[in-house]
Amino acid sequence: MRIAFASGKGGTGKTTLAVNMAYLFSLSGFKVEFLDLDVEEPDGHIFLKPQIESIVPVKVFIPLFDKERCTFCQKCVQACSFYAIFMLGKDILLFQELCHSCKLCLRICEEKAIKEGEREVGVVRIGKADSSLSFIEGRLNVREPRPMPVIEAVKSHCKGGDVQIIDAPPGTACPFVRSVYDSDFVVLVTEPTPFGLHDLEKCVSFLKSIKRPFGLVINKERGKFPPLEEYVSQNQILVLGRIQEDLRIAKALSEGKILLNELPEYRVHFEEIFSNLKRAIHGRS
Amino acid sequence: MEGVKEVVFLSGKGGAGKTSILGGIYSLMNGKKAVVDCDVDAANLFLILGGQVKEEKPFYGSKKAEIKRDKCKECGLCKDICSFGAINEFLMVDPILCEGCGSCFVFCPHSAVSLEEKRAGTIYIGETKRGDLFLYAELFPGEENSGKLVQALREEARKRAKEMGFSLILMDGSPGIGCPVISSVAGVDLMIALCEPQSSSIHDLLRLLELSEHFRIKTALLINKSDVNPWLSEKLKRIAEEKGLPLLGEIPYDPLINEAQREGKTIVEYSRDSKSSKALQRVYERFSKILEELR
Repeated sequence: MRIAFASGKGGTGKTTLAVNMAYLFSLSGFKVEFLDLDVEEPDGHIFLKPQIESIVPVKVFIPLFDKERCTFCQKCVQACSFYAIFMLGKDILLFQELCHSCKLCLRICEEKAIKEGEREVGVVRIGKADSSLSFIEGRLNVREPRPMPVIEAVKSHCKGGDVQIIDAPPGTACPFVRSVYDSDFVVLVTEPTPFGLHDLEKCVSFLKSIKRPFGLVINKERGKFPPLEEYVSQNQILVLGRIQEDLRIAKALSEGKILLNELPEYRVHFEEIFSNLKRAIHGRS
Repeated sequence: MEGVKEVVFLSGKGGAGKTSILGGIYSLMNGKKAVVDCDVDAANLFLILGGQVKEEKPFYGSKKAEIKRDKCKECGLCKDICSFGAINEFLMVDPILCEGCGSCFVFCPHSAVSLEEKRAGTIYIGETKRGDLFLYAELFPGEENSGKLVQALREEARKRAKEMGFSLILMDGSPGIGCPVISSVAGVDLMIALCEPQSSSIHDLLRLLELSEHFRIKTALLINKSDVNPWLSEKLKRIAEEKGLPLLGEIPYDPLINEAQREGKTIVEYSRDSKSSKALQRVYERFSKILEELR
């Protein structure tokens, strides 16, 4: 069972929900894997404080050019859809940040002047937060534009515990989609503001288009926000729970604390979300 | 140096207040300028700056492969060579996984694959409520090439700002440090890095600063919700000092910012006397000085 926590808008509380749900699953006897797929800014570790046991580099293919063999026919240059190969006189260059590692150049070169090379674009950090809570985090190297290879690398390190909790990146573009695409259930976390609602609508439209079941947590609630309530009821969105805005929560989070332990009065709210989530998943499977 | 100056608001971590703070500073500024929302997959700035869209332009992102059933002989070569696992056992292309490299198109022995350019979003050009040039875009959910769309937006904004004789472009950025952020930071004159006094926000800020250092972008720090954790706010000030970044100021936590947003207004429009508006006034004065130095 793979459950992704996503939001569209940043800072709505994805990581908070994901971390606390991971704990509740592990406390109920499940073997849990926490996958931090927000590889541009992975923050789950701040709360889970895992013991890191191994760090595995994420490497991607890049072409290596053999200038002895190259006849400068330009075939690879013309074939590359990403404009990553550049020929200047008798020099051939790769803009490695543009390369998608598709290997088309490698296959199209008749002179066998292209060899397989590789380069590191990030790392996967693997460890344990608890005896039944494993931790796998992707971390994109700074300056690298493409998070996808690191997202896929994290998934490939999954050992397949009972439950996998995914902390997805913000936004609604490809990194978000790759993070939720092979999940069984998605928990969307929103805040009751126009910004939160606008980005939520985009996420919902995507999840509906791929027919993925999802539920909603409304976080940082300060009185009801009528447009959000209207949207939720019109689209018959399952609300898993609500968490109030509270500066004590903000303070506890700012120090990297786990809310379940730090503010016991909120435990009941997380437990309610947890049982609604289990019921929603059970109802679907 | 004359010409159009570009200033981008970024934070690394999402939800630090980029859009609300940019909106507030914008409301305090005089003189014509352009505003661009570079957060193309979650564009929100128009919700508080409002105004009118006057022009729409389609944005074409990457190409996607399509297999023509009438020509396909089901040899499976396309599936075997696809580096993205985008072609399944029934030889159907998953447009979400397809990155448009064209390998299947080039190598299909039966010419059964076509590569179609796909519309990936829309660029909107219009005006804010106050009549300034305003550009934003909507990338369709799940699309790639947010960086390319940011580049297109910035080019359009620079071109128009020059024609109209503006000297300043304010840009709202995306969270993260990947493709759209790199595209919105490359070559700008000033980056305003927003950070909350929060372990995760600081962690993400440090990664963002690594990026701006690499691109040698002049950067100023702005602390939002500074009173939520004064101890970490002090830590942020030390970081600014160690890195030699000017501190634009501190803005206290203010629930009125959300109320303003619900009314479709910037905090300064909504309540000039709010504690955050007063803090923004001081931020604006320092910001103006830094802008002067850029000229």
